[in-house]
Amino acid sequence: MRFVDEFRDAEKAHVLAARIAALCEPGRQYKFMEVCGGHTHTIYKHGLEDYLPEQITLVHGPGCPVCVIPMGRVDDTIHIAEQPDVIMTSFGDMMRVPGGRGSFLDSKAAGTDIRMVYSPLDSLKIARQNPDKHVVFMAIGFETTAPSTAMTLLRAEAEGLDNFSVFCNHVTIIPAIKAIMDSPDLRLDGFIGPGHVSTVIGCEVYRFIPENYGLPIVTAGFEPLDILQSVYMLMLQLSEGRTEVENQYSRVVPWYGNPKALSVIGRTMELRPYFEWRGLGFISHSALRVREEYARFDAERIFEIPGVRVADPKACQCGEVLKGVLKPWECKVFGTACTPETPIGTCMVSSEGACAAYYNFGRFSRDRIKEASGV
Amino acid sequence: MCLGIPGEVVEIYDDRVDLAKVDVSGVRRAINIGLLENEPLAPGDWVLIHVGFAMSKIDEDEARAALEFLEGLGQAYDDEIAALQESKID
Amino acid sequence: MTGERGVREHASEQANWAEEAVREAAAREQLEVTPGHADLEHPVVRSREEEVLDRIDRARRARPRVKDERITMAHGAGGKATHSLIEAVFLDAFRNPLLEAMEDQAVFGVNGTRLAFTTDSYVVSPIFFPGGDIGDLAVNGTVNDLAVSGARPLYLSAGFILEEGFPLDDLRRVVASMKAAAEVAGVQIVTGDTKVVQRGKADGLYINTAGVGVLERDVTLGAGNARPGDAVIVSGPIGDHGVTIMLARGELDIESDITSDTAPLNGLVDLLLDATTGVRCIRDATRGGVATILNEVAVSSQVAVVVEEDAVPMRTEVRGASEILGIDPLYVASEGRFVAVVDSAEADAAVAALRTHPLGASAAVIGTIKADPPTLVLLKTEFGGTRIVDMLIGDPLPRIC
Repeated sequence: MRFVDEFRDAEKAHVLAARIAALCEPGRQYKFMEVCGGHTHTIYKHGLEDYLPEQITLVHGPGCPVCVIPMGRVDDTIHIAEQPDVIMTSFGDMMRVPGGRGSFLDSKAAGTDIRMVYSPLDSLKIARQNPDKHVVFMAIGFETTAPSTAMTLLRAEAEGLDNFSVFCNHVTIIPAIKAIMDSPDLRLDGFIGPGHVSTVIGCEVYRFIPENYGLPIVTAGFEPLDILQSVYMLMLQLSEGRTEVENQYSRVVPWYGNPKALSVIGRTMELRPYFEWRGLGFISHSALRVREEYARFDAERIFEIPGVRVADPKACQCGEVLKGVLKPWECKVFGTACTPETPIGTCMVSSEGACAAYYNFGRFSRDRIKEASGV
Repeated sequence: MCLGIPGEVVEIYDDRVDLAKVDVSGVRRAINIGLLENEPLAPGDWVLIHVGFAMSKIDEDEARAALEFLEGLGQAYDDEIAALQESKID
Repeated sequence: MTGERGVREHASEQANWAEEAVREAAAREQLEVTPGHADLEHPVVRSREEEVLDRIDRARRARPRVKDERITMAHGAGGKATHSLIEAVFLDAFRNPLLEAMEDQAVFGVNGTRLAFTTDSYVVSPIFFPGGDIGDLAVNGTVNDLAVSGARPLYLSAGFILEEGFPLDDLRRVVASMKAAAEVAGVQIVTGDTKVVQRGKADGLYINTAGVGVLERDVTLGAGNARPGDAVIVSGPIGDHGVTIMLARGELDIESDITSDTAPLNGLVDLLLDATTGVRCIRDATRGGVATILNEVAVSSQVAVVVEEDAVPMRTEVRGASEILGIDPLYVASEGRFVAVVDSAEADAAVAALRTHPLGASAAVIGTIKADPPTLVLLKTEFGGTRIVDMLIGDPLPRIC
């Protein structure tokens, strides 16, 4: 596959790894955070931590939009789905996320019409095909996905649909990064910047990170070589005493983002004063809701949402894992009460969640694995 | 929401200006290209696809540059190792 | 409304199921963690991470219990939930030595003759898809479950559950497929049943087939027979059927030339068993894909299965579709492929034999059996890293991020 395979070349990885190691100051520890769930997935899937010297640790941040949805919002979605003549549509990733009363899958088993879609446009199609039902699209995702929801709202408007709405749970990445940086628990040396979010918001917006916090950030692609090269670029900055925003993923990410995408978001959505993030608490101006002008497509206005806050289970430490303070296996219920099959928290459900990634890929004594596979 | 994959544009529709048919390893799907309205797209171009939308046109020059950098790294590394070996201080 | 419209400080409601789950897990752990004498004599300093990994290991070995109150789609995916359901509900109730073997078929002796017996139900939607239809699956699937034990498939039963309103022409089409498939496989459909249910049930048509075959070869194949050093072979490109069905559902608007790989495997199995006596087990890769079989072998034989990602044959379109949808092709169903574990000394002969048959043209060795770490399936990625391929959880849902 073009633009994929070339960035999975093992030989080049070894070269990069050697270069990275050569830049490590003896005795110094380096901690880089990758914010994007997709990066977490790649790192575990390809065993990238094995390529990096002991001195470098990669810490996983809250860039998994499924992971940060509080249980109460899952319940709200199910509540809407249970209303008469409603078809709820959602991305596959959300189907098993546990809310206060169970997941979408459980609700579906009990009879609600909840369907998985690949694209919000599929929800529109379902709405067209079912004029006597009301179709709701549960919108989640960072700025990568918000434009798609926005375009879908514009389409719904253009087609004059009267049986379609969006339950908007889009969140924005910058406040999350700021919350991490302002957290006293973590001392970082740099950021591996979000890849696809940046195709929309660009790289210029990350300037505050070097300027206000003195840390380098490199926007990274999702193939193993992309991530290794980004770590290399971070190490180079540190060794040369620079703190800048750099774009490793330049083949896809335009420096100033996608103006059209930003404009459609602005036309259809606006920032909420505040929104609750699982594990991070309430963050101001960190999420989107549908604008007044599109009220007829806003599920929150159409349906009476319970809006009850459901506290995370006491034993759940998703918050600390999302902030990178705890490694997955340091969570007290990791692997026992909380497994991919019986998840307590979101980090274990989403295939991009750090816990799921570690459980499925990183688990088990790495030495034993290397021995067995003859590496 | 990160999953974005590269696909090759194989057909632009005459009647629907916001759609294009894209091929990923032999599998084809109609993708909404509305977010790229300022970029002319033609069959042969590559785009990044995410939940049914093209998010960005892949810049082949940048891609090549990225790969060349990685190749160069290898070459420079080999050169350095060679130089290191030659300049052994015994 | 939530957020800015006034968060109701409805005290924090609690997710009771979660508190319950944590309490139960803690209770289970109390019972399991009892330091043995060895620990007291030679206290080993173990890292916190290792302790946690041990806990996980113990939890994995624990008897499966089903806590759900209702059946969910996950129970039908062929992965962990399915296995838990089967063990905790069916096996628990029906328990007997033949059932406990948990192979694709039951093998037993009657008056000195060894027979193989199996059943499968077919609920595929859509009923007609590129490469075949539910009728093909119904015959081939059961033939294959018999064939992989080394038996010669003989007779099938066919039970039809028809939805009121189902077009008779469609039924004739399905039956014609079954007739053709039976001829190719060399079996006869000798008994059956027909039921009709009201409109709205049975989604058109469900078929159940049971099959009986005779085991004339002196082999006892089973997932528990794998030994360290053995080779793992796959008979052809994986995932064609599952991807075909997913695309045929039409919800994803994806076009492709992939067709289902449904086919009877008895001829291919015969070739393999004629070519070598070193075959430990054969399993056809259906629901849950190749990864599920490898996990079953790893657990039954208490071995590790190490697979090379590059070596697994797969059509580029299957790879492309999987990438778009974000699913792992190792978990996607095939309907005309098998996985075989073979004595490594015989691996080359086995593959050569398979390649002489059209269905086995792309047969390949994809990995090896190792002693350690037992019960795990490891994948060496093309990139050079290693990762664990666990038993499937739920249904392969398209990943978004």
